[in-house]
Amino acid sequence: MSAHTHDTHHHDDHGHDGGHDHGTYKSYFTGFVLSVILTAIPFALVMAGGLESRVITMLLVVGFAAVQIVVHMVYFLHMNTRSDEGWTFMSLIFTIIILVVVLAGSIWVMYHMNTNMMPTMDHEALGIGS
Amino acid sequence: MSTVHTTSPGDFWETDPHHHEEGASTGIGFWVYLMSDCLMFAVLFAVYGVLSGSYAAGPGPKDLFDLELVALNTAFLLISSITFGFAMLAMFKGNQKSTLLWLAVTLLFGLCFLSVEIYEFRHLIHVGAGPQRSAFLSAFFALVGTHGLHVTFGSIWLVVLMVQISQRGLIPANQRRMMCLSMFWHFLDVVWIGVFTFVYLMGMI
Repeated sequence: MSAHTHDTHHHDDHGHDGGHDHGTYKSYFTGFVLSVILTAIPFALVMAGGLESRVITMLLVVGFAAVQIVVHMVYFLHMNTRSDEGWTFMSLIFTIIILVVVLAGSIWVMYHMNTNMMPTMDHEALGIGS
Repeated sequence: MSTVHTTSPGDFWETDPHHHEEGASTGIGFWVYLMSDCLMFAVLFAVYGVLSGSYAAGPGPKDLFDLELVALNTAFLLISSITFGFAMLAMFKGNQKSTLLWLAVTLLFGLCFLSVEIYEFRHLIHVGAGPQRSAFLSAFFALVGTHGLHVTFGSIWLVVLMVQISQRGLIPANQRRMMCLSMFWHFLDVVWIGVFTFVYLMGMI
């Protein structure tokens, strides 16, 4: 048992992961139960054929995913604004900004390019369309 | 500026090297790696988002995807996440046997996930919906395959770490490795949330 106390002591004492939470059985269970609920609802929604409005179904599914990602970050990855003097949080914010720029930018630009280059638009001008 | 030269450099600059505890910056360093990995996945998601409608007159998501299989896979990965959490808690208690047991359970669920994914890929290729069929399927295999590769390497890392822990015990170096692998494993679960939402669920709506 002395090894036991030594190990825990060592970890707290040096605090080399300064500000990190380790979580408890309770926090892991909370995260797990929340994740199961947040996964089951969108799956059930889509498997049942979705709502009448396709757009609302999509928004709901994406909303559940966003909440579940936050749940995972908090309960499993123990994300907080304190660990490593806030640098982990800062790098996360930076990554999210780049991620949004890359995703939204690519899809936006390519969608408009596809729309503007639709072959049907040229058919009449070229005289080959119906 | 002239005042600087009148005093010895030691007063202004730290000439002695810092003595950091070994592995003190591993956590933040590994986190930065995960964030860069996240950007790689962001690009793959962007590619999928752009090409997800380019079927080349081939099969689309509704013809190919089996949501029950995906739900099963999601369950495997989610359970493996909480069992890794239990392995971490056992480690903090200094219980080596229990740590190894929970790591083995995590590995089992990771391998279940991989088996189902390999089965799905084999099935898709068998029905003629391989990566070369259309831009949609190329993007699908690239994104889901990259995630699967990450899980594969995570599983290999799990085996290596189990050997290290059984040989050396829960020494600080192994605790550090556990911390990194747990971040990696939970991160893969976060990426999977994006995959099942944007690829499978959105494709089936």
